[in-house]
Amino acid sequence: MKQWLSALLACVALPAQAGEIWVTNEKDDTISVIDVDTLEVVRTIETGERPRGITFSKDFSKVYICASDSDTVQVMDPETGAILHDLPSGEDPEQFVLHPDDTHLYIANEDDAITTVVDTQSRTVVAQIDVGIEPEGMAVSPDGKIAITTSETTNMAHWIDTSTQKLFANTLVDSRPRHAEFTTGTNELWVSSEIGGTVTVFDVATQKEKAKIGFEITGVNRDLIQPVGFEFTPDEKIAFVALGPSNHVAVVNAETFKVEKYILVGRRVWHMAFSPDFTKLFTTNGVSGDVTVIDVASQEALKSIKVGRFPWGAAMRPTKSKT
Amino acid sequence: MTAGLIALWAILHREALRFVLQRGRFFAALVRPLVWLVVFAAGFRAALGLSIIPPYQTYITYDVYIVPGLLGMILLFNGMQASLSLVYDREMGSMRLLLTSPLPRWWLLTCKLIASTAVSILQAIAFLVIARLWGVKLPWSGLAFVLPALFFGGMMLGALGLVLSSLIRQLENFAGVMNFVIFPLFFLSSALYPLWKMAEASPVLARICALNPFTQVVELIRFALYGALNTAALGWTVLATGVFMAAALWGYDPARGMAQRKGPPADA
Repeated sequence: MKQWLSALLACVALPAQAGEIWVTNEKDDTISVIDVDTLEVVRTIETGERPRGITFSKDFSKVYICASDSDTVQVMDPETGAILHDLPSGEDPEQFVLHPDDTHLYIANEDDAITTVVDTQSRTVVAQIDVGIEPEGMAVSPDGKIAITTSETTNMAHWIDTSTQKLFANTLVDSRPRHAEFTTGTNELWVSSEIGGTVTVFDVATQKEKAKIGFEITGVNRDLIQPVGFEFTPDEKIAFVALGPSNHVAVVNAETFKVEKYILVGRRVWHMAFSPDFTKLFTTNGVSGDVTVIDVASQEALKSIKVGRFPWGAAMRPTKSKT
Repeated sequence: MTAGLIALWAILHREALRFVLQRGRFFAALVRPLVWLVVFAAGFRAALGLSIIPPYQTYITYDVYIVPGLLGMILLFNGMQASLSLVYDREMGSMRLLLTSPLPRWWLLTCKLIASTAVSILQAIAFLVIARLWGVKLPWSGLAFVLPALFFGGMMLGALGLVLSSLIRQLENFAGVMNFVIFPLFFLSSALYPLWKMAEASPVLARICALNPFTQVVELIRFALYGALNTAALGWTVLATGVFMAAALWGYDPARGMAQRKGPPADA
């Protein structure tokens, strides 16, 4: 009975979950805010130069933005759009990840071959860790013990022990690793390789390669299939992988590591974010300057929304229910 | 008016009989657009990047793009087929039987149009079902809207067929219809490529395409498939139907028509 009730409650609660998708426009120095219900841009907010990585604090009271060409991480009040302060990020911050403690930001400094750890409370640099050349992809394990930096030119995933802020392992992946994510249930690390055209799956406990996922789209040249950003559904059964200039998002079965489907989206698809209820997925399409909305259940593209020039990162922010 | 309804029923019945008995014709009419969908569109599926134009909300593959054009193709060929059968009727003499009826001629011709349009719609539905099985996904919501769109389109192209049938003296001339009517109508339209793509190659050609009534039919169907109404396309389609119908009535008027001017019919 209890189960039945909670299921019913979930059904009632789901449609009320309103939210926004925040998209950084690399060339426009702005953020486009998309309402997940109306699928329209409701706000455009100015940022520092070349905004790329974007993430919210756990309580969504702050939004962190990598303003790459301003060499800083900006902290913004999402309600007003006002910049609260900057964080010392090191040069050319491209991607970052917020530690589950909601305090430490792990930032990839692309030009300096280092990962900078910043305390968002004291606004100080806690550590700088030497990693491979052109670090980009960043991830922290769900328990917060491991941080990952991928380096695009060294072609490695660097494993950082967050208690000591030191590297404890380096694993080779295919050419130009761009993005990394941990899974919770299966204790895996997924790393996408843009030029290699693959996603490598590691077993976190042993740091050994567990699987490698390849992609093939009929009629699309192999060179154009460049995996970049990816996201898991909450049950971690499906991964959506953005395949860059092939203009497709792959639907990967995260249990069998088989690609089940390719969804046509805009040009040079880069990163993505789910709506609060995980029914819709928003992909940033850099070259076509739009965001494609994918219906998660049917795995079909619903609509493409024009945003600024070269949309790059995407992050979700739940808002108060309108009903 | 009951006599009028009886006439409508009789003509529909005759067309239905022809439809049922000539199953080869039904399949032939289906094979043509299917070859385009399966062979032609497959070749271009990934190659032709289409930008988003209404009524589409996102990026589509080429096979999705050409479905409305191929539905238009079914209507177009059927309209011409109907005109062919009218020429045949005239040669065989059954046309004379029909036209000697005391009912007004416009009504008889309209009945003929409705009958051939009904057949076209059946073929279009069959094509849509096969296209769906082939993997072309269209929103279910559009299916209710596409039927009236197919009807208007079918009536217009059928009326064009009527005009042609009043001009063509003999069955042998049908090849001319293919060359000078069907091909230009089909290729100079938005059936295979969006007009903006055409405009990149030649603005003049794009202009001609936009004026082509077949383009209007295709766009009417395209919007209807997505539950949207293209008012301009509907307006032009209805207007063109009126013009073609008037021309057909003029052509079939024994006092003034082409039949009169060209001398007695072949079977006289």
